[in-house]
This record gives sequence, structure tokens and C-alpha cells, in this order.
Amino acid sequence: MHSLFGNAAAVATGVFAAMRAKGRDTRVVAQAGDGGTVDIGLGPLSGMFERNDDVLFICYDNEAYMNTGVQRSGATPPAARTATTQAVGEHPGNVFGQGKDLPRIAMAHEIPYVATATVADLRDLEAKVEKAMAIRGARYIHVLVPCPLGWGSASKDTILLARLAQQSGLFPVFEAEFGEVTAVLPIRRRVPVTEYLQPQKRYAHLFGQTPDTETIERIQAQADRNLSRYHIDEVEI
Amino acid sequence: MFQTRFHGRGGQGVVTAAELLSVAAFRAGRHAQAFPSFGSERTGAPVVSYCRIDDRPIRSREPVVVPDALIIQDTTLLQQTDVFAGLADDGYIVINSTRDVPELGIGEMLAGRDPARVITVPATRIAMQHLGRPLPNLVLLGAFAALTGLVGLVDVQAAAGERFQGAVLEGNCAAARQAYDVVKAHVGEGVGDAMAAVSAGAPVFDRKDADA
Amino acid sequence: MRKQIEGSAAVAQAVALARPEVICAYPISPQTHIVEALSAIVKSGDLQPCEFVNVESEFAAMSVAIGASAAGARAYTATASQGLLFMVEAVYNASGLGLPIVMTVANRAIGAPINIWNDHSDSMSQRDSGWIQLYAEDNQEAVDLHIQAFKLAETVSLPVMVCMDGFILTHAVEEVEMPDQATVDAFLPAFEPRQVLDPAEPVSIGAMVGPEAFMEVRYLAHRRQMEALEVIPAIAAEYGAVTGRVRDGLISRYRLDDAEIVVVALGSVIGTLQDTVDALREQGVLVGVLGITSFRPFPLESVRDALAGARSVVVLEKALAVGIGGIVANNVRTAVAGLAIDVRTVIAGLGGRPILGESLAEMIRGVDDLDELTFLDLRTELVERELQRNRATRRSGPTAENLLRDVGAVGDPLSVRMPR
Ligand SMILES: Cc1ncc(C[n+]2csc(CCOP(=O)(O)OP(=O)(O)O)c2C)c(N)n1
Ligand SMILES: [Mg+2]
Repeated sequence: MHSLFGNAAAVATGVFAAMRAKGRDTRVVAQAGDGGTVDIGLGPLSGMFERNDDVLFICYDNEAYMNTGVQRSGATPPAARTATTQAVGEHPGNVFGQGKDLPRIAMAHEIPYVATATVADLRDLEAKVEKAMAIRGARYIHVLVPCPLGWGSASKDTILLARLAQQSGLFPVFEAEFGEVTAVLPIRRRVPVTEYLQPQKRYAHLFGQTPDTETIERIQAQADRNLSRYHIDEVEI
Repeated sequence: MFQTRFHGRGGQGVVTAAELLSVAAFRAGRHAQAFPSFGSERTGAPVVSYCRIDDRPIRSREPVVVPDALIIQDTTLLQQTDVFAGLADDGYIVINSTRDVPELGIGEMLAGRDPARVITVPATRIAMQHLGRPLPNLVLLGAFAALTGLVGLVDVQAAAGERFQGAVLEGNCAAARQAYDVVKAHVGEGVGDAMAAVSAGAPVFDRKDADA
Repeated sequence: MRKQIEGSAAVAQAVALARPEVICAYPISPQTHIVEALSAIVKSGDLQPCEFVNVESEFAAMSVAIGASAAGARAYTATASQGLLFMVEAVYNASGLGLPIVMTVANRAIGAPINIWNDHSDSMSQRDSGWIQLYAEDNQEAVDLHIQAFKLAETVSLPVMVCMDGFILTHAVEEVEMPDQATVDAFLPAFEPRQVLDPAEPVSIGAMVGPEAFMEVRYLAHRRQMEALEVIPAIAAEYGAVTGRVRDGLISRYRLDDAEIVVVALGSVIGTLQDTVDALREQGVLVGVLGITSFRPFPLESVRDALAGARSVVVLEKALAVGIGGIVANNVRTAVAGLAIDVRTVIAGLGGRPILGESLAEMIRGVDDLDELTFLDLRTELVERELQRNRATRRSGPTAENLLRDVGAVGDPLSVRMPR
């Protein structure tokens, strides 16, 4: 069912509670976009985590409010251009330091299972959903889903961009249990962030006649930080 | 009041087309009102938009029920939705297609209509020629200007100037001119009577030129 | 300057002309184009000083506006529909505190069923929130009302909602005369708050008030809205003097002088009604239109005067008070109490159902046969099918889904256009 923009987690708790009251073992999955998850729905989501309700919550993160025409969300990355973070003025695009890292916020609740995934690796995603469904309590899966319209990228590059997000280190793919990271997806071929950023028009202002090397370096530093934070290795295959 | 309905698919700029026509009409010293069909414009889904033009201020907010003209951006819509719904008996039709009207397989739907008021324009192709991008809006409006005489080519180009600049503007203006000139050559000066002089079903565009 | 411009862009420019210092917004259709345009204006540095805050919900949007206004800044936000409902607690708080915030409501239906199209359910739900509510008939008026709204709000220390029909106005490109900055600057002085958070002169704002004085605080809010009944026309006159666009401010009258039948309405449908009235008058029907610009405060006297000569009044409403019928109609009945006038309610245009001139003409011609409550262009065959299902089986399923299955498509532009 669809209820409201910001209440998916609480509605899911309601369904779960009803099932329990009726003595039925129907499992409950809730899903929302990044806006519905990290912004307007964060309160109910945090409540569901804190109560450890038996709900799997899946966030489809396309890094903005796409439904309403590409406005920024709390999950929009730094420097990205959206309809409310235009590529004009002193600091074009979204500001630095506003990303809400929801997987880590979820981990802070010490819920049984948190995982991230991208649409570039469906087998990984499937395995994580299966694993999540074998666990009881609050579970959270955060899936990166490129949006051609909102990112200004070619449809055919959707999977490629999801992969580059992971391989650049900007989107770490990992699993965590009870607040501790338990597994990370290694990087097959490490790429500089520019390889990921450049095909996306939302970053076009970084690659003008004089590239904005300072901003690009700051984004690269974020990727580097993820690699060390999650101890992500590069593996040869 | 002259009412135009635009048909296209989400992502083709149907709303922009209606807005540009309204700006052209405004530039021509008329009153105009453009508005979308207010749907959620999913990429690829059929979308309509409207433009009203009048010499008096426009007050009505009802959707255009009986259009005087249709501008159809995509021939795949001809079979899918009832694009001709409500069209006035003497209404104009501009279709974006590289084919001539008789080849479109819509003879039945056009039965009883003055063939001089139904034209196809290879607008996407002309746009590709001048812009290198499939932006047919201003080409269609150039043709519309010539066919109806409601706005001038300069007005269409001025409208383009409010939205584009540099090479894109120049390309759009040139593309609109090409469509305008070709259609104008067929309808001649003055709209109403001269229109009738166009021989029935004769191709307006030289397809080979357009293909170039 | 006269421009052919989208309503949202025009309103954004008008708001910028009023030099707000804090703008906060959360996107929701059909309000988005307004705040996107303002974001661009602020981000490009064209409006200074001004902070544009991208918040995480409408509750935060109104709350940021509350904080900003209490700190003495001119504050603006915009919303619609679900967004307005999500901020309701803060909406009441803003008016209760007497903070002169200006907010655009791009009118849209309220779900469920979720619907992005226009009607007045959202702002009507807040009619008793203590905010002043102004309704724009066209984009020119939307622009003019926004500039006046800041002055009005700050004069009476109450927040003002400027309501404009979503999509029908916000997304319509039409001509608008934009006032210039010098005119607006001369018209609208800097915000001089009655109360302000200032460490130099400490006050508390937001005290708990018990039975000893709560009634009085509320009464004073009502008093201020009653004062606004005089302030609104005065500001409209002043604005008219500098722009040449003279409006009454409280109501708009169209061919009322000899009208036997009067249709009362709010917002953009008034344009369609005026065309309909002209056509009917040519056939000898003595009909006129009364537009209500200020719904809160409700101009009882002006409405009574305007309707005094009428035999029949039809209140055309884009909202439904489920369980009773008309909302505006109840207010109109209060205005004409004691006069021998039939007041009928016609609910129209819910969830974006187009209001056709033809339907309006039919409604007016048949005014004497109208029921007290009528639903214009209701698709009775759809209603009947669902009622039949309800009778046939206990588990008939969700109503919205059932009806969608019957009609085939959601929001098909052509089928939506032509309900008959
Ligand atoms: C209370 C409320 N505010 C605003 C909206 C408007 N709205 C609908 S969808 C949406 C954005 C959705 O973004 P996200 O959750 O990231 O999903 P996406 O569209 O990107 O998949 C917004 C702002 C709403 N429906 N309800
Ligand atoms: Mg999103």
C-alpha cells in the first residue's frame, strides 16, 4: 500500500503490529526514495529502528527528489546541481557536508542488519535481501539507483554509473550487523572520481573551460576517506 | 479566439512549444495564454498542452475543448490517442513527419477536411540539420506561422530569443525560417483564400532537401 | 514591465521584489517552480541579503519561517496540499504568535487518493488557522497580492496565505505587468516588528497562557483580522494608485448591478465564469459574478452589499466539507442572513476535474431547479458501479482502485478534459 510521503516506516510498523496481534507471520517490507527516507521520513524510520520492529526498510537512493522535478534532498552529494542547488553563484551546486549518511545513522541504532547495494550488482542485492529476510527485527538496505533524468546521464549508462560510484569509493557497498561493519564489497578496478562525475551533467560546472580542481579534489578526498573507513581493498580478478 | 492544442510525448518539449507560441503571439501584439495538460509528464507518455491567442485579454481557464489547430510532434500518437478530438471543421493540422499526409494512413480521420490545412513538416530532421539536435518545436512553429498567419516569423524567432542564445538560437531561427519559407511558398500571401489555392495533397516539403 | 511569463516565475519575481530576508521551502507540486526560481535568484546573488534554506520537510519550512520572523526578518515560504497539512501545527503556531509570514499556497487537492491537480481543499482546511487568506483570480493578481501581502501582514502582525490555483495559474504562461523595484521599495517599507528576538532587548516569545487570558489572546487575533477588513482595501487602493491596477481588495464585482442571479467563487474559475456571464447576458440572462479575494477575514458586509439585489445565489466551490457540503456557501449564508435570497452550493473541479464554461452555463440557466447541494459534472455512472459493488459483496476492495479500473487510465489528458 501507499500511504504518505514520509510515513512508510510507521505504516509498516502498523502492519507488523496487526499481523502480530492476529498471530500471523506475514513479513513486512517498506520502501521509499531517499527523500522519503533521509528527510521527511527520518523521524518515523528512526522510531522503527529504535523499537527494533520486524520490518525490512529499503531505500532507493537516486540522490534527489526526482518525482517533483529534481530538487535536492539530504542525500544529494556535494556540488551536484539540482533545481534547488543551481550551478550558479560562489559555490555552484549543492553545498559540502550536507549529505545524510543514512546507512551509518541506521548502524548507530545498532539494528540487526544494515546493507548497501547498487543496481550494478543485482546478485549482491538479491543475496542481501535474502539475508535480511532471514533475520528478525529492524533491517535496512540502501540501494543506489542512478536517475538519468536527474543526473543528466544517458540511460544506457545507468548500470555503468552505479558501478563507477562503487569503484570510485564514493558509494561504499558493505554490510553491518548490530552496528559493526561485517563485510565490504571490494573494488575490482579503482577509478578516480572524475571518471564517475564527468558523464553526469549535474557536475558539468566542475568540468568547464577551467576545471574546478579544488572541488574535484574535495570529492576525491571523500572517496579516499570511505576506502579507509570501510577498509575497502582493490582486488585483482 | 484561436486555440491550439499540442500533442507530444513527455520529454519532447510539448509544454515549451505551447509557451513559445504564446510568447510569439505576445510579441505580435496579441494576448495569449499557454498551459500544460497538468498531468505527470513521464518520459514517453502522451502529453498535451494548449495555447489560446486572442485580440482581447483571455479570461477563460477551461481546457481547450474545440481547438482551431493541432500541432502534433510525434506520428506514433496518431494511432494511440484521439489526437483529432474536438478539432474545428476548418481547423489546421501541423504534423512532424518526414512523410507526406497521404502516406500517414490517417485518411479516414481527415475525411471532409480541407487538405490545404493539413501539412506535414520534417521538423526533427530540419532541426538536426540546423542544430544537430532533435528539437522540432521552433520548426513546427515556423510552419504554423506560415500556415495560419497568426504570428510572424519574426515573432517566432523573438520567442526563441527569450529561451535560447548563441548557436542554439541561431540554429533554431534558421530552422524556423526554412519551415516558414517552404510553407509560405505554398500558401502564398494572406491566409484564408490563398490557402485554398494549394493543390490538394501536394507535398509541401521537398523530401529530398529535407533529408539532406 | 509587461511580460509573457509563467505564473510561478512571475510570483517568484514579485516575492523577490519584496526583499524577503529568509526564504525556506520544501518542494511539492505544483509549488515547485516558484521556489526553484527563488532559489536561483538567491543563489546567483541577485537578492541580497537573503538566506534560502532547503529544509527537510514542510514542518521545518514553516518552523524556519517562524524563527526567522521572530528574529525580525521578512520571511517567506510556499507549499501546497500534503505539504500544507504536514506543517499545520506550525501554521497555527505562526498565527498564534502573530508573526507576519507570507506563504504561497499553490492550491491542490488533498489525498487520499493522492492527486496532484487543483482544487481548494488544502487552503480551505486552514481557513480557521488564524491566517489571512487571499485568493488570486489570475497571475497578474497573484503578483499584486504577493507584494501587498507583505505590507498587510506586517501592518496587522498576522501571517498571510496567498492562494493561487495550482497548475491552472502556477503553470500558465500569460501576460503580467511586473512592478519595478523602485515602486515596490516605495510601497513596502522595511519590516518593523512588534516583537523581536534581540539580545539587546530580551523578551520571551511563546509563553503558556492559561484560562485567565487565552480567550483574550484569541479575541485580539480576531480583532486584528477585523481590522484587516479596513487595512486590505486601503493597501489595495494605495497599490492601485502607484501601479494603476485598482482593485477592491476584499471582493471583485462583475456585472452585478442588475444581476438577478449571482455566482460566487474564488480563484481562477472567475475568468471562465466572466466569459460565461457575457455569453448568457447576450441571451438575456441577468447574471453576474462575485469574486471573493479575501476569504479570511471574510468580508461579510461587502458580500451582503454585493448580493443584496440578487434573487438567486450559486456558490461555486472547489472544496467539499464532507458531511455537510459547501464551505464558502456557509459563509455567504451568514452574509445574507435575513435577506430573501436562495443560496445554493455547487461543488466543482475537485482534484482537477475541468470546469467547463458549457457546464457553468447549463448550471446558471437551470438555477431554479438546482438542489441545495450539487456536484458539477459528477460521473454518476462511476458512482453507481461502485455502489453496486458495495452492495454485492462485503469485501468490495479499495474504492479508488475500483474506480480506476472502471475508467481505465490515470489522468489521461484528453479523457480528463472531456468528462461528458
Ligand atoms: C508532505 C509532502 N511534502 C511534499 C510532497 C511532494 N513530494 C512528492 S514525492 C517528493 C520527492 C520524492 O523524493 P524521493 O523520496 O527521493 O523519491 P524519488 O522521487 O527521487 O524516487 C516530494 C517532495 C509530498 N507528497 N508530501
Ligand atoms: Mg530520490
